[in-house]
Amino acid sequence: MKKLQLLMLLLCFVGSFSLVAQIDTFQFDTDEQQQRFRRLSDELRCPMCQNTNLTGSTGGVAEDLRREVHRMIIEGWTDAEIEQFMFDRYGDFIFYRPRLRAETVLLWFGPLIFLLIGAWMAFGILRKARIVDQAELDLDPTQQQQLQDLLEKMNPH
Amino acid sequence: MSRLKLFVPVIGFFALALLLWRGLYLNTRELPSVLIDKPLPQFEIETVLGSQLVTNQDLPDKIFLLNVWGSYCLPCLVEHPTLMRLSEAGEIPVVGVNYRDRQKLAIDWLDVNGNPFSFSLLDEDGRLGIDLGVYGAPETFLIDRNGVIRYRHVSVLDENIWREIFEPAIAELRAEQVGL
Repeated sequence: MKKLQLLMLLLCFVGSFSLVAQIDTFQFDTDEQQQRFRRLSDELRCPMCQNTNLTGSTGGVAEDLRREVHRMIIEGWTDAEIEQFMFDRYGDFIFYRPRLRAETVLLWFGPLIFLLIGAWMAFGILRKARIVDQAELDLDPTQQQQLQDLLEKMNPH
Repeated sequence: MSRLKLFVPVIGFFALALLLWRGLYLNTRELPSVLIDKPLPQFEIETVLGSQLVTNQDLPDKIFLLNVWGSYCLPCLVEHPTLMRLSEAGEIPVVGVNYRDRQKLAIDWLDVNGNPFSFSLLDEDGRLGIDLGVYGAPETFLIDRNGVIRYRHVSVLDENIWREIFEPAIAELRAEQVGL
C-alpha cells in the first residue's frame, strides 16, 4: 500500500513536469488576448511534429509560430487575419479544423458518406430479415392443421 | 442481377483496402507547399559571412537553388557533397538560408565542411523560414529566373534526387523560358 502511495506521488510530479515544459512566457495586455492566443495555439497544428498543436509542441518551428501568433495578437491582428497568414504559408495542413474547400470536401463529408452507406446497408439487411421472419410466421394449411392437433393434444378439454 | 449485388460489399471492401494500403506508403512528412508558383517572399536580411544586408535584388537573375540548412542539421551534411559539386561545377547557383542557427556556429560549419553557397541568409529567429513555409532543415526550393518558387524538396537532396527530380524540372524551366 505504501509503495502504491509513493508511486502515485511520483506520478503527480511526472505530470507537472511535462506541463511546465511547454509554457512560454508571453505577456499580454488583456485576458481576452491571452484567451485568443490559447485558442489559436490549440487549433493550429505544428507542421513539423504533425500530431501535436502549437501549444503542445517543443519543435523549433512551433516555437517560432507561437512567437508570431503572440506578435500578431499584440499588434492587433484579428483571428481571421492570423489564420490567413498561416494558411498562406502552410496551407490546409496547419489547421486542425481545415477550411471547407474543394480539396477538403472529402475530408469533411467522407465520414458522413460512409455513415450513410452503412445506414443504407443496415436498413436493407433489417428489412430483408423482417420479410424472412414474416414468411416463417405464415403457416401453410398443413402446418396450421399440425399446430391445431398439437394444441388439442395438450389441452384435451 | 441480385447475384451481382451480393458482390457489392466484397468489391467495396477491396476498394477501401486498396485505398488504405496506398495510404500506408504515402510520405506524410512531405506536405504540399502552397508557395509553388508564388514569388519568393520579400526580405532584407544579413548574410552569414560578412553580415552584409541583402534583399531580393541580390539573388541570382537565373534559375537557382535556395537551400535551407543549419549547423545542427545532420542530413545537411549528407546532401552537402552534392551541393558542393553543383556549385563548384557551376551547374547552378545555390543560395543558403541558415535556419534557426547561431551565426558563429554557421561560420564554423562552413569553415570545416566547405561553402557551396553564393551567400547564406542569416535567419536566426526563423522569420524568413515561416514566410517560406519551412518546417525544418534541410529543404530545397527551385527558383526560376523571375524569382518565382517552382519546386520544393523536403529532406536530403542527394545525387539521385538531383538526377531524377531536379534535372528534369530545370530542363523544363529552361525550355519554358526559351519559349518566351
